[in-house]
Amino acid sequence: MANIDLKVNGKSHTVDVDSDCPVLYVLRDNLELNNPRFGCGLAQCGACTVILDGDAVRSCVLPVSSVAGKEVTTLDGLGGGEKLHPVQQAFIDEQVFQCGYCLNGWVMSAKALLDKNPHPTDVDMEKAFRGLICRCGSHVGIYRAVRRAAGMKESV
Amino acid sequence: MASVEKILSRRTFLRNTGGLVIGFGLADVSVLPRMIAQAVTPSGKVVTGNPVPDALTSWLHIEPSGIIRIFTGKTEIGMGVETALMQIVGEELDVALDQVVFVMGDTSKTPDQGGVGGSSSLAMGADPLRNAAAAARSLLLDMASQRLGVPVDQLEVSGGVVHVKGAPSQHVSYGELTKDVPLQGSLVVTGAGSAMSIKGRGKPKAVSSYKLVGQPVPRIDLPLKIAGKWEYVVDVRVPGMLHGRVIRPASVGANLLSIDDAPARSIRGYVKTVVINNFVGVVAENEWAAIKAMRAIKVNWSEPQQLFPEQAKIYDYMRQATPKASMEFLKVGNFEAGMQSATKKVEATYEFPFQSHGTMGPGCAVADVQPDGVTTVWCGTQKPHAMQIGIADLLKVARDKVRVIWTEDSGSYGRAGFEDAAGDAILLSRAVGKPVRVQWMRADMTRWGSKGPAVMVDMTAGLDQQGKVTAFRFTSRAFSGVETNFLPVMAGNFLGSQLAGIPNTNVRDEYAAWGHETAAYPFPNVIANGHVVAALYPNASPLRTTHLRDPEGPAATYATESFIDEMAAAAGMDPIAFRLSNLEDARTKAVIRAAAEKFGWDPRTSPKKKVANPEVVKGRGIAIGDRGGTRVATIVEVEVARKTGAVRVSRIVCAHDCGLIVNPSSLKGTIEANLIQSTSRSLMEEVMFDRNNVTSVDWLSYPVLRAANLPDKVEVVLLNHPEFPSTGAGEPSSRPMVAAICNAIFDATGARVRQGPFTPVRVKAAMASS
Repeated sequence: MANIDLKVNGKSHTVDVDSDCPVLYVLRDNLELNNPRFGCGLAQCGACTVILDGDAVRSCVLPVSSVAGKEVTTLDGLGGGEKLHPVQQAFIDEQVFQCGYCLNGWVMSAKALLDKNPHPTDVDMEKAFRGLICRCGSHVGIYRAVRRAAGMKESV
Repeated sequence: MASVEKILSRRTFLRNTGGLVIGFGLADVSVLPRMIAQAVTPSGKVVTGNPVPDALTSWLHIEPSGIIRIFTGKTEIGMGVETALMQIVGEELDVALDQVVFVMGDTSKTPDQGGVGGSSSLAMGADPLRNAAAAARSLLLDMASQRLGVPVDQLEVSGGVVHVKGAPSQHVSYGELTKDVPLQGSLVVTGAGSAMSIKGRGKPKAVSSYKLVGQPVPRIDLPLKIAGKWEYVVDVRVPGMLHGRVIRPASVGANLLSIDDAPARSIRGYVKTVVINNFVGVVAENEWAAIKAMRAIKVNWSEPQQLFPEQAKIYDYMRQATPKASMEFLKVGNFEAGMQSATKKVEATYEFPFQSHGTMGPGCAVADVQPDGVTTVWCGTQKPHAMQIGIADLLKVARDKVRVIWTEDSGSYGRAGFEDAAGDAILLSRAVGKPVRVQWMRADMTRWGSKGPAVMVDMTAGLDQQGKVTAFRFTSRAFSGVETNFLPVMAGNFLGSQLAGIPNTNVRDEYAAWGHETAAYPFPNVIANGHVVAALYPNASPLRTTHLRDPEGPAATYATESFIDEMAAAAGMDPIAFRLSNLEDARTKAVIRAAAEKFGWDPRTSPKKKVANPEVVKGRGIAIGDRGGTRVATIVEVEVARKTGAVRVSRIVCAHDCGLIVNPSSLKGTIEANLIQSTSRSLMEEVMFDRNNVTSVDWLSYPVLRAANLPDKVEVVLLNHPEFPSTGAGEPSSRPMVAAICNAIFDATGARVRQGPFTPVRVKAAMASS
């Protein structure tokens, strides 16, 4: 057990948890932040995705000790808490997803991708989304939403 | 740009939110999960019983604000049915969508409508809601007539306000009308469960007058989900709630010999190890402690017994096994005589494997079993009312002591195992006397979740010299579609209870059938029959089978629609021309033509003639399906790498006729997702197992389609038929995909792949032998 300082969605927290506890459970159980969700615990699906210092990462395999002092953003903190992030708006406008359980991975990875590459090709998207699963099969809409968020009409 | 606040303000009107429902006398514990404990403890009084379907108040309640609460036993499993049902209710009442709030799948607050399944939520489940709304409107207009002093036929309604035609200043709202006199009425109920129909005063509107039904309104749930403000069952938190994890046997049929939980006891937060026969679980104060304890406990299981056949020989096993049950589905004319008049005989066997629901979220549920047996369960089951009965049976308490509060989970696509997670939570909560949340680990779902059954079908047909079909035979062998009853109405339905020693007492069987629903060609001299293969192991088997999206449909249609293609090739005909010449149903022909037109189908025989010897060959294939009246035609284009056998689906066109379209936008989203998911099932999904266990345990050992495998183009053609009632859309477009891809591979390569999924190894082997 250790006291670990975390910064999540701009707020500072000190949590008393095992240092090997994955960030996922700290966010969910200690901070009651629902958005990263458990999908596999193996970094194979992306349901637990958070953004850590600009990168979309899998919180289910990331020990909490490794994020001490770093900036963690969850889906509901993406727009700064008050506004929706434009990427979120694009997904809403395109009416993407069926159940939506996986969407942390897709929306957060799309955001991280577009921050670094504002006009991604389909190949860029494929690379960025390689580690993600959408069991329902909402991929077609996901790609439409990313293109919309990037202001692109056609796939390139 | 919508602000989060604006989206959140909509939350007041959404499902599972809001305050107490006046007139029900029930604490609205579905409201906010965190409030639940206050509602059920310490008095121990939990809302029990089930609303009666013959009272209007069981279906509909108008709040003074004008908000209309609708209570339905249907649930939302991710396809947008809630929004569609809201449109139907809003249409009848002439209210805006933001005036309608749904309460779904709570056994204490919603009538039993059989849960969701069989793509029937709109086809059948909408009927009671439509009629309750029509009855309410009729009563409300009478009340308004009295209040305003004008006859009903001089009134009109807009946005929940009744006003006098031509004198809009004379008005009264639904909320005002029912402020002092709650809306009450009795209804005539016929049928039960998903087939329940009700009638009251007031006829539903004519379809021709619809304004809201048929509109592409945005789904009610998506903005909140995408904003990160949605609560799924995994997010339910009850004060005092503990966390549970389960430990399953090391092999099928293994018995627990001994257990050493000493290493777990020293983990901070450890609460208790629970052992009931072969059921092993551990409870802790937080999730990480529960996971660590689960990993620390050492369990000694009995030696593996090799109770499963070798996977490589599973279809031999199925063919040789004495059927548990057999049935004739269809018989027309005389098959043998028809074969005698044939000049050409076509024969083939198609095989399709066990598949996993592999839900995005492994099973999760929260159970609060109180010492007097009063029990509340939060679960994403498709069948909350059935599960209420099964839990009562498990706990040996009266049904009305149990409340199941359906709470959305990840897409279940059948009886995936959420019910089993609930069973685990119940056993653990009972053992510790506190509410327990169980979430399975990935392997608990992929290895131990129930499976869609393996299916094999023998096909035989005769053709005459003109290419006309003279005889047609379909013979299926499959594990039952309901080894685990999709209705969890018995204690033995749950995996945990089977491990705890309660046997599965389900006696029903379900076949891989043809002739009832699959597009039935009106051939002469047909015989279709099927056999059910007995379960490989009777209880707590990781290969126990149950409903997976469009149960047995994709497999049976793989056989029939690929075989139709073989017949077309044998007859020397274009696959579409052959189908059209053998079909009578105008709507089926219409979807075929619509898909062909969109695709730009060039009529010719398959396989495509080779013009060179390229590394990648392209082909196209069609298959059709009819499920519950919904007609689907799917055309796919594939690219096959000849060296490796790797198949890529590059384009999909699907034409879809489900009668009256309620919401074309959400319908299109659901069809697109069906097409992608069924492409995944066709190309790569196969539960792997050895003699002692399922060896598919995660997303590497049970791969599904990812971004790298996406088609370049997916096009959906919606054929709207307002003159026909809405049939379903949750499953039908999953049905033809396996066959369509098989047919496209044949067109590209000349190789017929008669065993799915179409992995490179199988495709390569088929090419080598063709």
